[in-house]
Amino acid sequence: MNQQAGFDPISWAVRDDKAAGVFRIHRRAFVDQPILELERERIFGRCWLYAAHVSEVMEPGQFVSRTVAARPLIINRDRAGKLHVFFNSCTHRGAMVCRELQGRANNFSCPYHGWTYASDGKLVHQPIPESYAPACNAAGELNLREVPNFDEFCGFIFVSFAQDVIPLADYLADAGDYLRMASEHGAAGEGMEILGGTQTYCAKANWKLLQENSADGYHADTTHASYMDYIKAREGSVHNLYSAKGFGRVRNLQRGHSVSESIWGTPWGRPCARSMPSWGDDIKQELDAVFEAMVARIGRERADFICHGDRNLLIFPNLVVNDVGALTVRTFYPSAPDYFEITAWALAPRGESQRLRDLRIRNYLEFLGPGGFATPDDQEMLELCQKGYQAHTGVEWNDLSRGMLTEDGDSPAKQDELQMRTFWRRWRDLLAGAEV
Amino acid sequence: MTSAVTRAVTRTVTRSEVEDFLFHEADLLDTWQLDEWAKLFTDDGEYLIPPTDLPDGDPAKHLFLVYDDRHRLGERAKRLGKKTAHAEFPHSRTRHLITNVRIAQDATTVNATCNFVVYRSKNGVNDVYPGHSLYRLVVQADGSFKIRSKRAVLDVDTLRPQGKVSIIL
Repeated sequence: MNQQAGFDPISWAVRDDKAAGVFRIHRRAFVDQPILELERERIFGRCWLYAAHVSEVMEPGQFVSRTVAARPLIINRDRAGKLHVFFNSCTHRGAMVCRELQGRANNFSCPYHGWTYASDGKLVHQPIPESYAPACNAAGELNLREVPNFDEFCGFIFVSFAQDVIPLADYLADAGDYLRMASEHGAAGEGMEILGGTQTYCAKANWKLLQENSADGYHADTTHASYMDYIKAREGSVHNLYSAKGFGRVRNLQRGHSVSESIWGTPWGRPCARSMPSWGDDIKQELDAVFEAMVARIGRERADFICHGDRNLLIFPNLVVNDVGALTVRTFYPSAPDYFEITAWALAPRGESQRLRDLRIRNYLEFLGPGGFATPDDQEMLELCQKGYQAHTGVEWNDLSRGMLTEDGDSPAKQDELQMRTFWRRWRDLLAGAEV
Repeated sequence: MTSAVTRAVTRTVTRSEVEDFLFHEADLLDTWQLDEWAKLFTDDGEYLIPPTDLPDGDPAKHLFLVYDDRHRLGERAKRLGKKTAHAEFPHSRTRHLITNVRIAQDATTVNATCNFVVYRSKNGVNDVYPGHSLYRLVVQADGSFKIRSKRAVLDVDTLRPQGKVSIIL
């Protein structure tokens, strides 16, 4: 094992011994600055990354501005309604031209020297234009710069900062159908929308720990014991997570993506559309009607799977769509090996009744988010791990071997660690230079 | 609306009475007497923290950080007393400072506003939560107050670097 700089991640960071059923990650992968630099270049600089949801930019002129992989972006529709994703940086001297998080704008004017761009990115005004050559923007290179690639899949807008990248649908591989499922909720069939209100928070830990944690079926009974107590007190009983009716499994969705899923297997209710006793008969009737409307629209088998199941979907490298007690979209990015920023939104069916919308938000917040009954404890675990990694010269390896001997069988269990191995194998390959 | 209203008494209250009540609440929180804190609320009481990018949002329509009805805020208090509420075990040290208290009174409710700073220290990290709170208080038959609504608005752009609101503001 090479402990020096100039390491080869294949040879030392990931120990993947299928025959022995041993999978280990060297803890330097969570603490080393050179690893982060490689991740920025070979993962975040190349992969498709979630940027926004189409519901946030529906109307001509509507925009959101946000940071994706440290790059400031404007995602908008021009006057004609065409979708754009621009770097939020003046082509003159670099200042961000959009300083609001969302709104409507027919143009973006740089606050520094006044260069002004139309909503389609064209440079339309430079103060004192006489001093510029008449054809200074003949080739359009002074227009607001579009990101090299962006595309939409079932309402989810992704960007890639690589010039050459495989099509988004190919990149998503078998995860694509799960994103489609997340766009099929609701009785009305009118598509989905991101709710107002963003949870912007962070953890003092390595970003990869959140990807590991977000679909970890093994930690619920211990990390979230107090949440289970709360459900038990309210509902009178709680499903045993690991012996509930139905099934729990993990699927490798290829290209580093995975899902941890079950049907009727978790102790919480779902606003689409699985009631629980404390919600009462009226809510149950309304949720049953949502289910039947979805059966009519997409068929009973798929509606049953969507409505009565739970899915923790991991899209490599940094998108998590948790379809659990509510539907969440969560993305994150590291500013340092031991610090990353998280942004989370709630996704919901358009046309949902106000009563179900209220229930959805309450249900989201009982478990999820930085003020929920579970997420802060997850953050605490990630931070305890990160602190533990300071001892990496004494304790070198994380063990992710659970279920490895049976991972190619019919149904790796939800509490196995196949989802993590799927992520890490992709991580290893990309860091070693594989094409996206 | 509920028994709390029918028990409510109309009388003129003073700002210093309200301040004493808010200081009492702050003391319960800083001494981790959270079950006692929950008892400060009416049966239909609520405790809210809006998202940092939408401080004027509506919890029934927008994604808040905290949207507790009376049952859930009681469970929040109970949960934080457990060793398995890991983010707060061992309990962090906190200090709630309450300032700039103003009140306005109508027939059934005392509307109080205040500014706050909450300091939290744990695991060698010191976090600061600045903000302002909007209270709706009702006066009980014995003259004491109960909280019908507490909306703690964080005056921060994002929840960074605090990362979480595992304590009660």
